[in-house]
Amino acid sequence: MLDFVQQLVSGIALGCVYGLIALGFVLVYKATEVVNFAQGDLMMLGGFFAFTFIGILGLNYWIGFAGAVAAMALFGMLAERVVVRPILGYPQFSIIMATIGLGYFLRSVVGMIWGTDDFKIETPFSQGVLRIGSLVLAYDKLSVIAATVILCALLYLFFNRTTLGTAMRASSENMLAAYYMGIPVKRVVSIVWAISAAVATCAGVLLAPITFIHSNVGLVLGLKAFPAAVLGGFGSIPGAVVGGVLIGVIESMAGFYLAQGWKDVAPYIVLLVVLLLKPEGLFGVHMRKKV
Amino acid sequence: MRFLFKTDYEDDIRLVPHSGYFVSYGILLALLVIAPFVLSSYIMSQLVFVCIYATVGVGLLILTGFTGQASLGHAAFLAIGAYTAAYLQQFNVPFPVYFLTAGLLTGVVGALVGFPALRLQGIYLVIATISFALIVEEILARWESVTNGNEGMRVKTIQMLGTSVPRDSPAFYFLCLGLLILTIVGTLNLLRSPTGRAFVAIRDSETAARSMGINVSLYKVKSFAISAAITGFAGVLFAHKLSFISPEMFTLQLSIEFIIVILIGGTFSLHGAVLGAIFLVMIDPFLTYLKDDMPSVISGMAATLGAGKETAAHVQDKVAAIASANGLKGAIYGIIIVLFVLFEPLGLYGRWLKIKLFFQLFPLYKRATFKRQKIYVKSERNR
Repeated sequence: MLDFVQQLVSGIALGCVYGLIALGFVLVYKATEVVNFAQGDLMMLGGFFAFTFIGILGLNYWIGFAGAVAAMALFGMLAERVVVRPILGYPQFSIIMATIGLGYFLRSVVGMIWGTDDFKIETPFSQGVLRIGSLVLAYDKLSVIAATVILCALLYLFFNRTTLGTAMRASSENMLAAYYMGIPVKRVVSIVWAISAAVATCAGVLLAPITFIHSNVGLVLGLKAFPAAVLGGFGSIPGAVVGGVLIGVIESMAGFYLAQGWKDVAPYIVLLVVLLLKPEGLFGVHMRKKV
Repeated sequence: MRFLFKTDYEDDIRLVPHSGYFVSYGILLALLVIAPFVLSSYIMSQLVFVCIYATVGVGLLILTGFTGQASLGHAAFLAIGAYTAAYLQQFNVPFPVYFLTAGLLTGVVGALVGFPALRLQGIYLVIATISFALIVEEILARWESVTNGNEGMRVKTIQMLGTSVPRDSPAFYFLCLGLLILTIVGTLNLLRSPTGRAFVAIRDSETAARSMGINVSLYKVKSFAISAAITGFAGVLFAHKLSFISPEMFTLQLSIEFIIVILIGGTFSLHGAVLGAIFLVMIDPFLTYLKDDMPSVISGMAATLGAGKETAAHVQDKVAAIASANGLKGAIYGIIIVLFVLFEPLGLYGRWLKIKLFFQLFPLYKRATFKRQKIYVKSERNR
């Protein structure tokens, strides 16, 4: 039983990271109907920025964190301006390929600048555990869970309660109509990319104490975040996090109770089953176009 | 300039639109046939890879280019073909038998993947095919009794008609070339048949295709099966060419390379697969060139521009460091993909058509001829 709870908590913590990456997918998808295949790599780059600020320049953890988030928000806007905006309005496949290309580029440039070793960031949560009876919970895992809940709530409120959030949803439905209604669509898309890069950075920094940061971490975790986003229903903010947690728990349970090898494929099997039985996901809205 | 005057449908779907094709493709074929007796073995080896990649590219074009179903899982089909060949070869099955078995088996797997894919579109299909490929990769690594796990499998040379065909012999090249030509001619024939027209109709609008009486599900599954089977055939030759296969060769990276082949070549014509394959295979020699020769060339240029000896040496070191950095290949792939998507969405073959049209219409060429329409009102979510 204790093992089970232990696995459950580490599964939830890992799942929250998947959820944070999936949140990035969902934000961009909600606003532009584009899937950013470089989301995991944005997370990786954010982690490296934080590592540079905290580990190399020796800044305070929180200042370094904030600096990395700000820098990545700018980088997200830059990536949107250079890669995505010229092809907005073209078939989705073009944009998927462009973001795959961006991911390749980021991975290899990061490998050239920082090297291909594993890096670790010292955080206030790195040491210390919370003991409840005989249950031992590490602070770094709890910090991931807490941060995910806060970010998810903030983003949910942002999308549903603010004018800018409504504008984003409108431009996702129909960019042209949104533009006619006076919504600055280009700026909206740019802001969405900034937010999703910032969220990715949070994931990267929180992840750093759990699994180390290296140049391929984004690819590995980004691929795991797809099942999370699909399970939650592409386009639902709480769905992304719930999907991420479910995938994380399934993965860690499969690693603990099933034979070797199941751990890595379990998320994808779940993904295929979900796509077959309920393609709109747990929280997705099923929409059909009237012809 | 030649005007083709078409008077009936037969003219429109003719495999060889005019006699000029015999001349140009005849010359190309003659050059390809004498190539192994003229060119060095290194270039021949590259040509074999071009043939294999182009075959896969044609297979992928049927699915992605003509039926409009994106797939990022073709490495898995290649792996199934390659592993079937390697497994059957252990029991001394003759080459033609396991060649056909591998292709057919991959085709069946493709159809099985096609069934669940019927309900999926756009990104969901891309994600589903990625998942399929990752699962296959894991199975290859774990099913040790058949695939020998991560240790990989040795593939012996082809034994056919009592002689052996080593992987660097001209005969092996002709085998690959023959498969490519057969695939291309077969696909051209397929595309002018009712099946091929149904594929294109599904790509352009599924709703319209369905209302014209096309059985969309059936044709999508057919497209998956044909595409997978072609990839499986290519997989057998791929295994023989490498003479050793292991699961880490058939990763997502390889699937993306196949997509790069058709993206660079152009997704609307079979020429694209061949041009893209040539481009992709040329990247590796180009990187070697960068590493070996580029630093001295650049420092030489710096010297002629009047830089001192020390500066030139410094420049040479810097360039050498960049050129031999880890992961340069990835950066080049990334840049190539982004640049093609942004500036040449029709690919190399599209560029060729533009150049041709420029000279045909000489003073009257308009850029807008090839301009794609942007659609801002789309909502692929609720289709």
